[in-house]
Order: sequence, then structure tokens, then C-alpha cells
Amino acid sequence: MSQTITVNGDLLEWTEGMSVSDVLALKKYTFKMLVVKIDGQLIKKAIWPETVIPAGATVQVIHLMSGG
Amino acid sequence: MDIKAFKDAHKLINEKTYALGTIDKGYTNRTLYVNLDNNEIKEKPVTPQMKEKFIGGKGFGLRLLWDAVKPETKWNDPENEIIIAPGPVAGITAYSGTGKSIVVSISPMTDIIIDSNVGGYFGPYLKFSGFDALEIQGKAAKDVIIFIDGINGKVTIEEAPEEPLDSHILANVLTKMYAADEKDYRNVAVVSAGSAADHCNIGMLNFSLFDLSRKEVRLKQAGRGGIGRVFRDKNIKAIVCRSPQPKGDMLNVVDMNSIKERGQKFNREMREFDDDQCEMRTKGTAHLVEIMNEYELLPTHNFKFGQHADIAKIDSKVWKEWFTPRASDACWYGCTMACAKTVEDFEVRTGPYKGRKVLVDGPEYETAAGVGSNIGVFNSEVILELNFYCDTYGLDTISFGTLTAFAMECWENGILNKERTGGLELCFGNSDAALELIHQMSRGEGFGLIAGQGIRKMKKYFADKGWGDIAFMNDIGMENKGLEYSQYISKESLAQQGGYAMTNKGPQHDEAWLIFMDKVNKQIPTFEDKAEALHYFPMFRTWFGLMGLCKLPWNDVEPANNAETDEPAKVPEHVDNYLTIFKAVTGRDIDNAEMIRQSERVYNFQRIFNIRMGKGLRAHDAQPYRAAGPVTKEEYLSLQKQYDGQLKDIIGIDPEGKSIDEKMAATRKFREDQYEKLLDAVYKRRGWTRGGVPTIEHLQDLGMDLPELIEVVKPLLEK
Ligand code: SF4
Repeated sequence: MSQTITVNGDLLEWTEGMSVSDVLALKKYTFKMLVVKIDGQLIKKAIWPETVIPAGATVQVIHLMSGG
Repeated sequence: MDIKAFKDAHKLINEKTYALGTIDKGYTNRTLYVNLDNNEIKEKPVTPQMKEKFIGGKGFGLRLLWDAVKPETKWNDPENEIIIAPGPVAGITAYSGTGKSIVVSISPMTDIIIDSNVGGYFGPYLKFSGFDALEIQGKAAKDVIIFIDGINGKVTIEEAPEEPLDSHILANVLTKMYAADEKDYRNVAVVSAGSAADHCNIGMLNFSLFDLSRKEVRLKQAGRGGIGRVFRDKNIKAIVCRSPQPKGDMLNVVDMNSIKERGQKFNREMREFDDDQCEMRTKGTAHLVEIMNEYELLPTHNFKFGQHADIAKIDSKVWKEWFTPRASDACWYGCTMACAKTVEDFEVRTGPYKGRKVLVDGPEYETAAGVGSNIGVFNSEVILELNFYCDTYGLDTISFGTLTAFAMECWENGILNKERTGGLELCFGNSDAALELIHQMSRGEGFGLIAGQGIRKMKKYFADKGWGDIAFMNDIGMENKGLEYSQYISKESLAQQGGYAMTNKGPQHDEAWLIFMDKVNKQIPTFEDKAEALHYFPMFRTWFGLMGLCKLPWNDVEPANNAETDEPAKVPEHVDNYLTIFKAVTGRDIDNAEMIRQSERVYNFQRIFNIRMGKGLRAHDAQPYRAAGPVTKEEYLSLQKQYDGQLKDIIGIDPEGKSIDEKMAATRKFREDQYEKLLDAVYKRRGWTRGGVPTIEHLQDLGMDLPELIEVVKPLLEK
């Protein structure tokens, strides 16, 4: 059975070695002012490419406001 | 242009000298009143109560207007006023975004109060010339210019018959006419409208600035709500202010060092982070075009869809190519965000200025979306041309875009045809028709004259003629309170639906932009969460309009550690900058809670002002269904999987075997019900009744239980 993670409340299929950057690409989160938390833990932007997400994790990708 | 001949044709109607005075902690402590019925010019004191409860800017505008008009005053009655007020902070130059004014009037679009935020130099120059606000009442018999001479302490009203109306010419002529010499151009600020504002309710005001690098006059717009129409109805050709040259501390602030320190820190953020964040310095707000497209928020074809395949033709890379960045890309001195992008030497291909090379201010995001994707135009040259003509003719690009999109959907549905439009083929993507429409608005003729009154009046006109079903037009006509929507798709964000339709003035996003928080981040899932956001953000953002501040430097760049703060969406460090600056200018020490309460006082005052005018209640916060969900089958089918999924997972109806009509009806019922629940929650959070009336207890709590406000709300509360 495939494993999942939760990203902003939606389920996403988890794959081995999946990084924060991979998730952002999969979700098409192209906006630049993002705050990423894995299970409540802040992940700094500089380490998004190498930060691997564990199966079952809850990922928050907070888009800050801009424009408007 | 023979400027001398224009000047020689002026006839002095009245003049009044005044003592120049000083600015004390951000305030001049007086306002200037001009009456064009009897040509009275006088000073009025700013009372301690005005400063305490209304702060400045929009607050001053509302207070002065309340005292000037009656509940039944209409936009074109002589007693309606135009008030221009910079706030106490406006005019400092050591922090970015500190030169804004708010313009307040009764709107021809909504018949309630409109407030419109604008850059350019006029607001700070008015203050440097001795006044916290300018209040204009009455109507002149013939075209006049009001000139405030802040060097010699003199105000004149002059008949001005000869100058052309279009702003790119008029602002240039008047800058040269009223400056002492070339070096003085920078010290002259002009407010003007344009030829279309003579005819169209969507008329706006241009506020000039003299661009030192380009040696040209540029224009920033008080766009929303038709104040340009009021201006021309009063036969005002222009207001001109000649000011002492801005320098370090014109406001006699309490603590300049603190402002400088915060300003330098902010400037470092701009230098270090802007290129990786919003790219405001190189693209301005146009950087949002492809982002909104990616997140399905970019209105295309009258807000039917949120994305378009041709986006690359009008995305920010295209605009970056057009823009010529210069050091002077700021709408007020000292702004390092410098988002006021400009296209130089743009060759116009239609209309009266065909073949001329002009300077185009923009396009900003709202314009690129409004006169671009939303009307199906994916051609940057056409967008630039529409941008140029909207500006010089004195038309609001947002309303122009949204109402043209509405007319195009009417065309698509047979409500309009060539016969009814006088030959204009107003189908989506027809740029020639859109350009001809704008020229008709300028000439005050043909279908342009009908369209220029805005969507609400168009709907009635079409229905009265028997051309279309009013219910359908109400669904697709993107207006609330009579004002056209600005350019974001709100269908999938209930909070943003409130952010648009629960506003005081009508659906402009400058109260709250909650789409990411709500739709994408899912940070505010409950009605209470959304209501809290629809309390905090509109109040927080109202504060910019009280101060004379630009909103953009608040959250279009963020400090390095913003992500680590408790509430990154609020950008706490920048909020702290603002509290520090307010104290440093005025000497008043306030905290976050008092900041919100300052806004709440004014916000509730504006709500009650609308109620006093017979509006401002729950019924007026209703939204067109297009803002909330799919009106047409085409829309439903474009996102069928998503809508079917919502039916099953959220609404609890199995879509299997149901017709599209049945599914659309169930979706609509659910969404409309959600919006009503949101209204309940928001009103409760804001201290209002279910009908949307501020309670007396809430007014007492805010210290706004003024007798004139109680008199308005009491009968409604007793019902
Ligand atoms: S951020 Fe842009 S709109 Fe705001 S003050 Fe600066 S230049 Fe003007």
C-alpha cells in the first residue's frame, strides 16, 4: 500500500527520498515567499533541496501574502 | 504647446493669502476649505478630537465629509466634497512608502463613500504648504484651477479655459506653468482627471510627480469609485500645489533617528532579498501575473476562469523587457521598493495621440489582468495602449477592465450585438473594439458612454431595453455596491469573498487579501478563523490610509527571520517599524492593539456613514454569484473534477448520475449558504448585529459613541 504525506491538508503520495523542493514542485508552489514546516518544525529555505520528508509527515507550506 | 497663451487666458476668480505656519509632529493642525459655489477660501482648525479619533488621511476625509453633506446628498450635488488628505506620517522620506494620500468623496458608482489611495507628490506637498487636508465643495460655473502656493502662502481660484483636459498633457503644462523655473518643476504637483471623466462614472484622478531622472511628469492614480467624475462635475480642471523642496525633516518629528534606523534596515532588506522575493524593483506588482495564473487566480474572460494558456505573452518577463528601470521609480521620495515602473517612448497606434511616443506608467498587476487577461487580450502592446489611454483620459483601469469583460460576456450570450453596441464587436480578445470603446468614453458618445457608467447601470439599461435576463446579468456582473471587482478570482476562497464584498467602499482588495491564507495554506478553516482574519486585516490595512503610508513595503518584502516569527503573515517586524515610526513622528506611543482600535474607530464611522446614507447594511454586502462559484456550465465543466469532488466530500451529495444543472444548483445552494454564515461570523467579530449595524456597546468600547453616530444606529438597533 502506498504511503502518503499531508501537504496543506491534502494527501500526497510519498516517495522514498522526497525532499521539500520536490514537494513544492509537485504541488506547483511557484510563489517565492513561502514558509515550510514539517510536523511543526521550521525548515529554512537554504536546506529545502536536501531536507527529506518522512512518510506520514504533515507538511505546511505557508504562502505569505503579497500584492493585494 | 503655448503655455503662455494658456496662462494669459486665466482669469482670477478669488485669492486668499495665508500664514505659512509650521508642521508640528506630522500635523499642520489646519485644513484648507475651498467652495466653488461662492469662491470662499478659508482655513479650518484641526481639533484635538479629530486627531484623537480620526488620526488623519482617510479619517480626516470622512470626518470632514460627514459634516459637509446630508444623508440624501448625491454625488453630483454641490455640497458633495472631494477631500484629499495625507496622514501624519506622509512626507517623511527616510522610510519607504511614506507619501500617500487618501481621496474621499460620495461616489457616482456606489452613492456611498469612496476612499481611494494614491501616490504622487500632491499629498505631502499640501502638508508642506500648510494643510493636513484639502476640502473642496460646490461647483464652479466654468473650468477652474485651484492653485496652492506653498512658497508665498496664497491660494487662488482661476478660470482656466484653454488647457486640454487629458492628463499626460495637462499635468505637463501646469507643472511648467506654475514652477518658477526648470529646477522648480520637481516642487509642483498637479491633480487632474481627463476627457473621459467628463462623461463616465468610472472617472479617476491623476496625481503627478516630476521624475528627476527622466525629466518628465508622471502620473499616479486615485483610481477607484469615480472621483474623477465628481472632480469634473465640479468643473475643476486641476488642482496645483507648489511646495518648498522636500528635505530631511519637514514634519518636525519627535525622533528622526528612529525613523532613519528603521528605514536603513528596511532598505537593506530590499537590497538583499527583493531579487529572490517579489522583484518589486524590477517588475513592480506585475510580478504577480504568472503567480496568479499558476494558482488559478488570474481572472480571464470576465472571471470565468483563473488561468490561460497564453499567459507567457503578458507575464512579468514581458513587462520587465518593456520597463526601463531608473533610480526615480518611486512614487514618493525615499521609497527603495520603487515599484512605479514605466515604459518609455511607447508609440501609440490609435486615437488622438496616434503616432506619438509617450511615457506609460505601469502596467501594474491590476491593469495587466484587468485590461489584459480578463478581457481576453494577451498582447502587451494593446495592454500598454489601454493603460496609457485610461490614465490620460482619467479612467480607472480596474473598472474599465471589469466592465469591458462584463460587456464581452454579454456579447457572447447575445445580450449585446453589433446593432446594440453601434458596431463594436465586443467579443473576448477583440483589442480594436476595446480601444474604440475607450475612445468613445473620451468623446462621450456611442456605447462607450453607456459602458462608462459602470456595470450596475449597464445591467439596468440592458434589462430595461429587454436585451437580457437581469438574474443572469446579476450573476455575471462583477460589481458589489456598484463598484467593479478588482482582479482576483475569489470562487475557491470564502474568506476572500468576504474580503471583497464585506468592504465599506466596494470590492477592492485593499482591505483584505486572504486567498493564500484561506485557499492555499488552509490556515483559516473555520468561520471563526475567517472572521478573525476579516477583522484583523481590514483594520490593519485601514491604518495605512490613516497614516499616509503605502501598503506594499509592509509585506512585499520580508525580513530574513520572518519565517521564524509566530505569525509570519502579519510580518511582525514591519508592523513594529510602523509603530515606531508613528511614535517617532507624533510622539504618541501605541501598541498593536491600539493600532487596530485606531482603525476600528474610523472603519465603524465609515460603516455608519454608509448607513446614514441608506446603505451599509447586510443586503449591501451581497456578492454576485460569479464571485462565489460557477455561473455557467462552461465554468463548471472546466473544473468538473474539482467541483464533483467538493460535492461528494464537502457537501455530502453523490454527483454520480446527477445532471450538470443539478450539480450546479447544489453547489450554488451550498456556497450561498456558506457566505451567509460567514457574514454572521464576521459581523459578530466586528461588533455588529446580524443586520450589519455596529452596536452601541461596541461604539462605547471603541470610544466612538459620538451622538451623531448613535443617532444613526439607534433606530436600527431598536427594530
Ligand atoms: S512601494 Fe511602490 S507604490 Fe508604494 S510608495 Fe513605493 S513606489 Fe509608491
